[in-house]
Amino acid sequence: MSVTEIIELSAAEAARETAAGELSAEELFNAYRVRAAADAHELNCFTWVAPEGSAGPAANDSAGTDAPLGGVPLAVKDLFCTKGVLSQSGSRILEGYQPPYTATAVRRLLQAGASLLGKTNQDEFAMGSSTENSAFGPTLNPWDRTRVPGGSSGGSAAAVAAGLVPWALGTDTGGSIRQPAALCGIVGLKPTYGSVSRYGMIAFASSLDQAGPLTRDVTDAALLLRHMVGRDPCDATSLRFPHEIELPRAERLDGIRLGVPAELTGGAADGGSEGAGAGASIEGQGIEAGVLDAFRAVLDRAAALGAEVVERVSLPHAPHALSAYYVLAPAEASSNLARFDGVRYGLRAQDAEDLLDMYERTRHDGFGAEVKRRIMLGTYVLSAGYYDAYYGRAQRVRTRIAEDFARAFDAVDFIVTPTAPTVAFKLGEKTSDPLAMYLNDYCTVPMSLAGIPAISIPCGLSEGLPVGLQIAGPAFSENALLDTAHALEQALGFDGRAARV
Amino acid sequence: MSEATRYTNEPAPAGAGAGSWEPVIGLEIHVQLKTRTKMFCGCELSFGEPPNTRTCPVCLGLPGALPVANAQAIHLGLTIGLALGSQLAPRSVFHRKNYFYPDLPKGYQISQYDEPLCLGGQLGEVRIHRVHLEEDAAKLTHVGSSGRIHGSQESVVDFNRGGTPLAEIVTEPDLRSAEQASEWLKLLRTTLRQLQVSDVNMEEGSLRCDANISLRPAGTAELGTKTELKNMNSFRFIERGIRAEIVRQEQILQGGGQVIQETLHFDPASGAITSLRSKEEAHDYRYFPEPDLVPVQIDEEMLTRARDALSELPAQRAQRFERELGLSADGARLLAFRAELGDYFEAALAAGVDPAPPAQMLANWIATDLASRLSEGEGAGYGDPFSSQVAPGALASLVGLVSAKRISVGAGRQVLDRLVAEGGDPAQIVMAEGLEAIGGGDELAEIVAAALQANPDAAERVRGGNAKAIGPIVGHVMRATKGRADGGEVTKLVHEQLGSDSV
Repeated sequence: MSVTEIIELSAAEAARETAAGELSAEELFNAYRVRAAADAHELNCFTWVAPEGSAGPAANDSAGTDAPLGGVPLAVKDLFCTKGVLSQSGSRILEGYQPPYTATAVRRLLQAGASLLGKTNQDEFAMGSSTENSAFGPTLNPWDRTRVPGGSSGGSAAAVAAGLVPWALGTDTGGSIRQPAALCGIVGLKPTYGSVSRYGMIAFASSLDQAGPLTRDVTDAALLLRHMVGRDPCDATSLRFPHEIELPRAERLDGIRLGVPAELTGGAADGGSEGAGAGASIEGQGIEAGVLDAFRAVLDRAAALGAEVVERVSLPHAPHALSAYYVLAPAEASSNLARFDGVRYGLRAQDAEDLLDMYERTRHDGFGAEVKRRIMLGTYVLSAGYYDAYYGRAQRVRTRIAEDFARAFDAVDFIVTPTAPTVAFKLGEKTSDPLAMYLNDYCTVPMSLAGIPAISIPCGLSEGLPVGLQIAGPAFSENALLDTAHALEQALGFDGRAARV
Repeated sequence: MSEATRYTNEPAPAGAGAGSWEPVIGLEIHVQLKTRTKMFCGCELSFGEPPNTRTCPVCLGLPGALPVANAQAIHLGLTIGLALGSQLAPRSVFHRKNYFYPDLPKGYQISQYDEPLCLGGQLGEVRIHRVHLEEDAAKLTHVGSSGRIHGSQESVVDFNRGGTPLAEIVTEPDLRSAEQASEWLKLLRTTLRQLQVSDVNMEEGSLRCDANISLRPAGTAELGTKTELKNMNSFRFIERGIRAEIVRQEQILQGGGQVIQETLHFDPASGAITSLRSKEEAHDYRYFPEPDLVPVQIDEEMLTRARDALSELPAQRAQRFERELGLSADGARLLAFRAELGDYFEAALAAGVDPAPPAQMLANWIATDLASRLSEGEGAGYGDPFSSQVAPGALASLVGLVSAKRISVGAGRQVLDRLVAEGGDPAQIVMAEGLEAIGGGDELAEIVAAALQANPDAAERVRGGNAKAIGPIVGHVMRATKGRADGGEVTKLVHEQLGSDSV
């Protein structure tokens, strides 16, 4: 099989080929390894690539030859701890850090036969929506190298889109899988909170962080997710997934009710007159016209497949999601990042005068601007006298948002929105305006706060750049969600090959 | 030289100053729980292993590591709560207490805040405010002359202790003197020891105590400004530290000044109290619910297990001693409130020796004769009878011999001296030393007769009705018998031979 033929295969197809003996796992791994290694000065997707001769599959001591993932190479976001392999979470403060253990989600995938091809670039500590906040330089969007791939799992998304790896792991706290998947024209799934162990994921915001797949198609997402989920005794917040993840087969959407929340679509479905609540509305900040066109087109396509599009679904508190998120996530982050103090690992400022000086200089030198901003935000909102006004109130908003979704799911099976309000934006376009950057997660943050699963699939192009459709369902509805996404994917026939390098 | 004169800033006990100020004291006690593994990871607890050998990604605070609450620690916490009569919260929450220090690898301590495991309760005369669970910090060693972080050249951290489960017990401010605080703490220690939830060893740090102290005009109800006296690691230091702080506050208030709310350190070597930090410098710990853990939900099974683990508590034990064994109230408390004496007492009773010792008499011998002999060897410390040479069965035999009048009380004390020094069997010692009591037969009657002849004046006075005059006669008999005669028997014979009434 030629390299070109190998690269054409989806991950599930490649696994089938290796299982059938049509393709050796070594051949498969090396084809991708060479491509990933060559990317170093191109898209900057990777922070580490398996060295030549490391022969990923053979290095997998725990996986048998009949393992279901068949040696298919896997890229893993930098923030997953991988034993003896650089795990820096995009930060200078962890430069050179090699953990003594491997994250549960990664370990499970390796045990299922995946081969670790590389670690992917990301926004520092997953804080960002463009991968420009990485200490190791920005990742470029393979559709247009003057544009960002989204973030924070931008390295994973760009690598999958560019065909440098068949599939990848990312993490999603407020949209960090779904938004880069949308901007890179691939599939990204954020599972139900608690379904994938967080053990070994370098934490950003513990109550929101969730690992998930970034893949070329919905079937690959299901296959990867199948081997990630499950209760982990090392993560007290992890849950037993109530059923096996099935590979999706649906071609039709008969009887499926898709809800279009006015608050998150600017009233896209009914012409926009009764848009979101005042002030916090996405209108004015703007869902781009091209994105709205693609979104409307996919609603028509869904109706043609038999779905019922319900246009009067309301998530009344969703417009406050971003505000609540930017209280809760920084609060948790300010505490999660306290361990980076220069005492035990990572960077330590030299020639400090005393302990306080060492702390201050280490953290001054080690953290980037966005991380410092969020640590300060989080420290502030948890401070004595402010806790109730910020953290307490944000928690109450979070509860209301979860209740909104629960009520909505009485009336519809899934909520659909554009994944991001824009297509991939220019490098540097939003770096000086944090609020503009935050608004790119306007449609994805509510689902994170509610802890429910949501998938982004490519649904068309606008100005030659991919647009993402987000589909969200109730907790543990992944199988139905994947089926719905699969039916739409088949009907849309999106072709992402233009991004391959 | 007494302590008081040696340490000039520890003058006479408080209260000497006319009693115009009333001390109000509350305690915060940290107890290391006796679990196999740490509070939030699977590392075994450390007992002096080489530094940093009982660690893992979780207790080192490595990136990505997550805590999982130790079910056994929760069980022990519930057991403590039940023993203290606390309300057990059906749902309690772990919080993060955020601050930077090298002994705190995550930059926060996982503790409990406004939803603790246990609320309220009472032990003795002191109300309990709350009991909650948390993790211990690591151990810091500062290399340099001062031994403290300021001025040290280098500091090293041993994470073996980091993550050890702690129960923090907070009292209401119900204590009124240093002595009372120290006495109450001993009762708490005994209670915890009996529950087997902790080693409760102050020197080794498995029991640590902070005191909140304030003064108010006697007879008023409003609380004054309090100070917090940190980490006193012996009962003696607690008593001295609190006393010194009471005196310090008294002097401030007498002089018209105001006590400043601050955290203080008592240096037992100098007796000095120094400020660690003032209220303004106090940390803002930014507590918030620990998102890596789920709330603790107490179910019926956990409650049943805790109830089953509840051994008899000192107060209940004292009642049982009184009710079932007929001990005096004081005698029962004496044994029950010092668990090791109570345990020893019960072991001696259970030894089943013949002749059997009466319970009250056995109690007296243990609480006074034995306890005083054991404490002499160790200065102010407690002598644990179980680690002495005197086996419980041996003491039971001894008391049995005395009560059956086979040996006299005096001879019994001589035997006890031998037992304490080198152990052994009382019956054999009695035989080897020829300490058997001189019975009521002719032998003793002759000795009494000789004593009467040798003390004619005393004999005359006794005959005349002065019973107290018998002393020299009895003394004579005891000298002649080397203490083997029974005092009661001797008195009886004296009166018989003199034809006087015994009293």
